Amino acid sequence: MTARSSRIAALKAAATQRILILDGSWGVMIQRKGLVENDYRGERFAGYTDQMQGNNDILCLTRPDIVTELHEAYFAAGADISETNTFSSTTIAQEDYALSAQDVWDINFEGARLGREAADRWTAKNPDKPRFIAGSIGPLNKMLSMSSDVNDPGAREVDFDQVYTAYRHQIEVLNRGGVDLYLIETITDTLNCKAALKAIMDLEAEGLEHLPIWISGTITDRSGRTLSGQTVEAFWHSVRHAKPFAIGLNCALGADLMRPHIAALSRISDTLVAAYPNAGLPNEMGHYEEQPEETAGAVGEWAAEGLVNILGGCCGTTPEHIQAIAQAAAEKPPRQPAKPAPVMNLAGLEPFELTT
Amino acid sequence: MTTSAAQTFVNIGERTNVTGSAKFRKLVTAGDFAAGVEVARQQVENGAQIIDINMDEGMLDGVVAMTTFLNLIAAEPDIARVPVMVDSSKWDVIEAGLKCIQGKAIVNSISLKEGEEIFLDQARKCRSYGAAIVVMAFDEHGQADTADRKIEICQRAFKLLIEEIDFPAEDIIFDPNIFAVATGIPEHDNYAVDFIEATRIIRKTCPGCHVSGGLSNVSFSFRGNEPVRRAMHAVFLYHAIPAGMDLGIVNAGQLDIYDEINPELRRCVEDVILNRSPDATEALIELAEQFKGQKGKVREKDTKWREAPVQDRLEHALVNGITEFIKSDTEEARQAYERPLHVIEGPLMNGMNVVGDLFGSGKMFLPQVVKSARVMKAAVAYLNPFLEAEKRELGTIDHSNGKVLMATVKGDVHDIGKNIVGVVLACNGYEIVDMGVMVPAEAILDKAIEEDVDIIGLSGLITPSLDEMVYVAREMQRRNMRQPLLIGGATTSPAHTAVKIDPVRDNGPVVHVTDASRAVNVVSNLLSDAERPLFMETTSARYQRMREARAGGPPKPRLPIAEARGRRFVPSLPVPTAPQFTGSKTIGAVDLASLANYIDWTPYFASWNLAGRFPNMLEDDIVGEAARDLWTDTEVMMQKIIGQAWFKPKAVIGFWPARRDGDDIKLATGETLYTLRQQMVKDNQKANFALSDFVGDSNDHIGAFAVTTGSEPEAIAAEFEAAGDDYSAIMVKALADRIAEAMAEYMHEKVRKDYWGYAANESLSNDERIAETYDGIRPAPGYPCQPDHTEKQTIFDLLNADQIGLSLTSSFAMNPAASVSGLYLAHAESVYFAVGRIERDQVTDYAARKGMDLRTAERWLGPILNYDPSEPDANAPA
Repeated sequence: MTARSSRIAALKAAATQRILILDGSWGVMIQRKGLVENDYRGERFAGYTDQMQGNNDILCLTRPDIVTELHEAYFAAGADISETNTFSSTTIAQEDYALSAQDVWDINFEGARLGREAADRWTAKNPDKPRFIAGSIGPLNKMLSMSSDVNDPGAREVDFDQVYTAYRHQIEVLNRGGVDLYLIETITDTLNCKAALKAIMDLEAEGLEHLPIWISGTITDRSGRTLSGQTVEAFWHSVRHAKPFAIGLNCALGADLMRPHIAALSRISDTLVAAYPNAGLPNEMGHYEEQPEETAGAVGEWAAEGLVNILGGCCGTTPEHIQAIAQAAAEKPPRQPAKPAPVMNLAGLEPFELTT
Repeated sequence: MTTSAAQTFVNIGERTNVTGSAKFRKLVTAGDFAAGVEVARQQVENGAQIIDINMDEGMLDGVVAMTTFLNLIAAEPDIARVPVMVDSSKWDVIEAGLKCIQGKAIVNSISLKEGEEIFLDQARKCRSYGAAIVVMAFDEHGQADTADRKIEICQRAFKLLIEEIDFPAEDIIFDPNIFAVATGIPEHDNYAVDFIEATRIIRKTCPGCHVSGGLSNVSFSFRGNEPVRRAMHAVFLYHAIPAGMDLGIVNAGQLDIYDEINPELRRCVEDVILNRSPDATEALIELAEQFKGQKGKVREKDTKWREAPVQDRLEHALVNGITEFIKSDTEEARQAYERPLHVIEGPLMNGMNVVGDLFGSGKMFLPQVVKSARVMKAAVAYLNPFLEAEKRELGTIDHSNGKVLMATVKGDVHDIGKNIVGVVLACNGYEIVDMGVMVPAEAILDKAIEEDVDIIGLSGLITPSLDEMVYVAREMQRRNMRQPLLIGGATTSPAHTAVKIDPVRDNGPVVHVTDASRAVNVVSNLLSDAERPLFMETTSARYQRMREARAGGPPKPRLPIAEARGRRFVPSLPVPTAPQFTGSKTIGAVDLASLANYIDWTPYFASWNLAGRFPNMLEDDIVGEAARDLWTDTEVMMQKIIGQAWFKPKAVIGFWPARRDGDDIKLATGETLYTLRQQMVKDNQKANFALSDFVGDSNDHIGAFAVTTGSEPEAIAAEFEAAGDDYSAIMVKALADRIAEAMAEYMHEKVRKDYWGYAANESLSNDERIAETYDGIRPAPGYPCQPDHTEKQTIFDLLNADQIGLSLTSSFAMNPAASVSGLYLAHAESVYFAVGRIERDQVTDYAARKGMDLRTAERWLGPILNYDPSEPDANAPA
């Protein structure tokens, strides 16, 4: 057994015993640091012409101290899992900053390494509560199911192979950098996600070490659908083939609006269910105002009802939120995965079931 | 599994399937994808739970069309809400589709036809895209027809999927193949029962799986009779659903409610579907007439002609090729006329004369005439028992305009043209004695005497047949047989007949017949005492002029072979990459639907004497209508051929290390391929080519191939012939030829991209393929690049071509006829050329190299000799 496979076994064992806690927002925490352009550029990108401010992922290379500090803060708040600072680290997303494939590789690798070191330090400190690093794989600014031109519904900015290639690159380096699981998150277009899933399946078929996959979609508004139009049920059936370790939702909605969709996933999925909502909806100024106890109160109810296996926070949440959530979830039994009948489930934007 | 669950049936809409919907096909081939999207929308609005999308149409780039269409419907929430079934016989089209679908789709279909490795690889890929799969009951040996084969293949596939790659059982859908019943072929009678029985057992022994099928196949025989088709679909489902068929591709408009079907029709249909009586098909065909034209989408039919007197109705039926009422009309005429013979001599012959006149004046075309013949045959077949009875009572003798013996000569197996001529002559009241193919001269002449025929017609397609025809003529002279001898077939020509055949006999006429449309005119002239003298005079004079023109002109100047070799083509590019393997490899069970995309249709229409380029000719003012009708019938036939896997095309290919040695190609295996060099004097800078020029002096390879449509087409054509349907028989053979050519084209592409792989990135449309815009050539012996047919023997030996059922006749024709063989030359500068006429120096050298005696070599190369081998060699040492 490799060190990583024993960690994965420990992760799975922990999931059967309690509700696991993911960390909270990185954006809001980085924002609070008041960094300037030069912090982002560091020495390595001093000569780059594009603005780097706002490219939070690049801090893995230029301000690793801040990245480590945030992992530490969230582990200290009680998180079992912290995410690498690589949400936008694909060759496609980093085109906006004109970074090379090597730059992107290095961000992911350093991101994974920094997370790994932090998690290992905390596990060493308290072996009874092992800590894990999830490789963050965010959405792209380019979508496979949505037209890029209002006058041409068939137009696309990228094709499947390009998205696949970009994700494959990120996945391979996150794995090599030492993450314990993949977290494909804030999914707005299921087809983009499927390209990432195919990349994982292909890489594993080619010999890359198997890691658990956590798939987290985003219901964008009150319509109850993903940005690309799917219901959560359709979304689940569309990604289930990857045999994910966890399925869930994050971002966009606060806990109250997310609840029915988490309940739906909880009813049908035969794997762990995860939820990490925003700290409510942003106000007119774009700020999240929901207080730690409010968020924790809502998700704590889900825990009490046996709807979830993993909880955490997305935009606007802080270590204080995570600490409150961890407290609310403590001692609550984890949800038992559903045991759906083996029927053929298909999906368009809506699910379709053919009973046997 | 509860009973009610087993009754689940999901209908998959097929209106966005180019092979299922003519409307959709027209829209997308015209590039009107927006209108295609509307078709999909209506289908979903009308309740389709899954939409099947198929772009397998020769005129479309499947990958592009599939991608375009799926991207468009992804933007339409009203459509995209339902799951998609990506339907193609081509894996690259399926994969392109999967790359555009965010939901969970169904792939239709994959199968074991190319073996376990490819099957599992494709299944694994489907899984990595998150799709369910339809697995067709198709393995390395072909498509399953019997229940046992269907079960065996599905169980094997199931075991592989579950045990090898852990594919979820609930995402496996088997398609055990629904084939047409009531085709008139007894072997097809049990097809529906086979499907239903197989379904029952597959569902039981492969737990969790599903069963699907394309319903419209079952009723193909009743195309055009919507009420019967709808009833057949309803009855089929009534029995198949309880057996476990839980999905189906069905046009909902083509489905009746079981209980609402006319009880008599339902009973008849049930007899057919369940194969309950040997007469079931006949009974249904008879009953079907009553339902034809009832509600549903039926072509507007002009029925006015039914009100005319019986002789006019017979004429109308003959001219329009309508068999529907021929029995009752013939019976009515029989009662009206004094003797059954008078029906033939009177209204039927009158009708055929109208056909003949229209044909002669270019107002009707061959396919229509052959259809008329089918009607005539049906009428005569109906009258036959009465004629026989009368003959017994009265002792009368047969009447015919004359008796014509027809045969394809020894060593040759091609008979499409001969059969067409036979049909056309038969239509015109001539009695045909058809001896078939590969008939030795002695048998032809013995039969001619025995049957006391008036005319002998010889046919042949390959060049050695020309010599055989000369031999038959010589034998007629020797045996003092005076009948006119007709010569026809693709390699024959007026010039060859004039120069080589006509002079060997002086006891009777020899006439070359250019095409089927001339045959009637030639035969009637030859058999008419009044017309014959003038006709023969003009023909003889014409042949005399041809002989003089030929003898008079000096032979064209040729280069000495040494000099021609000095002007050989020297490639400037390096030798191609090495092939992926050496030695030979057989390829069985190539999917007919894929091959159909490789068909060059222009020669097909030419084989029916319809000139023009496909598809433009369909709109032609003159032949357009005939071509369209033929095309409609051809499409139906192609659907049967593909849907029921009537043909089993096979191929064997091979590659071997080879090097150029002068004009020869030496193989590392020890064999030598001999080639011939152009000796014409060229006034440009072009080289004098031989095929060996395209092979490197070292480190190069050569390939060879033999492909065949198999022996099935001939058997199927024979069944049609036996049923009096020459039209379909000829069509089957002509299609078999085209599919063999398509197979050669397909294999060449696979070789370029894969097996040899020197053009891995090639991507051509069918038109570009037909225009041969790719690198490398596939010259065949017997064609202009290498006119020596005997070289086929080396190719056949290298490939062990007998392992795919191919053999060579004494004249080196391939048997079965629908076959193609040749070499693969990969060099980027290789081109097709014509060797043209060659001189004695090369022939002498060639014979010596091949170890053949000079006379034999001259016989095989007869058509391209630039000298008269009977003249002494002017350059020979004294």
